[in-house]
Amino acid sequence: MSTLLNISNIDMVFPTPKGDFTALKNVDLQIKKGEFISLIGHSGCGKSTVLNVVAGLYQATSGGVLLNNKEVSKPGPERAVVFQNHSLLPWLTCYQNVELAVKEVFKGKMTGQEMKDWINHNISLVHMDHATDKLPDEISGGMKQRIGIARALAMQPEVLLMDEPFGALDALTRAHMQDSLMEIQDELNNTVIMITHDVDEAVLLSDRIVMMTNGPSATVGEILEVNLPRPRNRITLAKDPAYNELRAKVLEFLYEKQRKVEPITTKTANTKKTTKVA
Amino acid sequence: MSPLKQTLLNLNTHAKTVLLPVIGIAIFLFLWTIAANSINTSLGKFPAPSSVVTQMVNLFDEHNAERDKADAFYERQEVRNAKRIAKDPEYVPKVRTYTGKETFLDQIITSLVTVMSGFILAAAIAIPLGIAIGLSKGLNTAINPIIQIFKPVSPLAWLPLVTMAVSALYVSDDPYFAKSFINSLITVTLCSIWPMIINTSVGVAGINKDWDNVSKVLSLPKLKHIQKIVLPAAIPSIFTGMRMSLGVAWMVLIAAEMLAQNPGLGKFVWDEFQNGSSASLSRIMTAVVVIGFIGFLLDLIMQKIQYVVSWDKASAER
Repeated sequence: MSTLLNISNIDMVFPTPKGDFTALKNVDLQIKKGEFISLIGHSGCGKSTVLNVVAGLYQATSGGVLLNNKEVSKPGPERAVVFQNHSLLPWLTCYQNVELAVKEVFKGKMTGQEMKDWINHNISLVHMDHATDKLPDEISGGMKQRIGIARALAMQPEVLLMDEPFGALDALTRAHMQDSLMEIQDELNNTVIMITHDVDEAVLLSDRIVMMTNGPSATVGEILEVNLPRPRNRITLAKDPAYNELRAKVLEFLYEKQRKVEPITTKTANTKKTTKVA
Repeated sequence: MSPLKQTLLNLNTHAKTVLLPVIGIAIFLFLWTIAANSINTSLGKFPAPSSVVTQMVNLFDEHNAERDKADAFYERQEVRNAKRIAKDPEYVPKVRTYTGKETFLDQIITSLVTVMSGFILAAAIAIPLGIAIGLSKGLNTAINPIIQIFKPVSPLAWLPLVTMAVSALYVSDDPYFAKSFINSLITVTLCSIWPMIINTSVGVAGINKDWDNVSKVLSLPKLKHIQKIVLPAAIPSIFTGMRMSLGVAWMVLIAAEMLAQNPGLGKFVWDEFQNGSSASLSRIMTAVVVIGFIGFLLDLIMQKIQYVVSWDKASAER
């Protein structure tokens, strides 16, 4: 298959009062249609920055992103994002949150009834039919993230971008969400870029794991092909030598090759975070 | 926990929410009475709570008496006109409105109408302006100094200017609104607009980055972005501003009415002060209590509206 998304030699430099800060240097990555890619790396290494550039929320300082050979210059629904903190609008019900997206993306292309069916279809895809009329504050964190995923899927994106989608969830809920995501993925076969710092999650879900070096000037360190057959089952995989081999490789990269030596007081080390806020 | 113990505990919390304020008020009334008795003015003793109660009844009776007088006046006028028409069918009856003095209740109504008009005008300007400032850093930088300078200005300083400007600009042979009403209204607007502008713009500027990103990913057009994301997100701050503004508006109005002799509660206070009868001070004290009570009620109503309108129920309970 040909390349759907081409992240071509991007550099990202943030101007700060103390001078320029190079977050990304020469990040280069080609993604095929239907591939599930994980971006893994230590916190602060610029994973989110890569995702934000692909989403169009940041503009790369040099280099660029091509989707279907067209340059990405601003955010758009064909690159839907699932944010870490679900980012549902608290004044809208679950249904209305998905509806806002569907109405914007499919206005003029779907009739009212078609939209309704499509919204309900996506909500049931994430098994949230029971909570369509609930407000986000009335459901649990995992449920909110499900709706967040439903909203992104409902946009029928060409690339689904997920920024640590399960990072804020407890371990059990997270496992459950990963299984749901695999199930959806089997059905829809979306092209996905997911940021994670959970090694198991990366190996379980991905076709390729992109491991990033530590910042500043972070870049793609190694790329690991995950050739495990699908559908995958976390329990059988736990005893699978191939799985453990892959897992070991990621761990080795993160904790030996790219070991992060951070001082106990991390405040000063986190220059990237502060520039983001400013 | 046993049901009995639970009941006692419930009773305890109930008692606290009811009993403690009652005790607080009782102590306050006691101290007020003592203090009032030891202040002798040229118009008699400082009004104690009891005289406020008496005056409240008096003011209400006076209001009813005045209404009866007005009714009697209109009845007489009707009878008189009917008689003249009976005599001379060509006669076109003259209908005159009753021009008795405004009672305390009339003044309250006037003040409420004025404060709400001024407040609504202020909100109509402040909320769109606040949204614009919140969305645009440049606009914020441009306008902020002006806001900071005019925000602390007392209504008393504005009033002469407003009065003269209104006299010069609002020229009409048959004005729909009285000039005094316009004066009070504009003064109220000028003083109560600032908290709403500031809070709205802060709320809009501080919108959750994720929500902003959601809007960007959906590529919402500007107007839809404001309507669907910005406005609901800023509702809690907008209400905070509105509640502050309404409080300011009510305070400013009383001062403006006093100084400019515009009808309303402020004028009532001033008239009583000029009148200087033995009942004046207790009537003023009654007005003070009523002013406070209305101010409290206005905020309570705003809070209820906020609770219904805003998605952030927690902020509506403060």
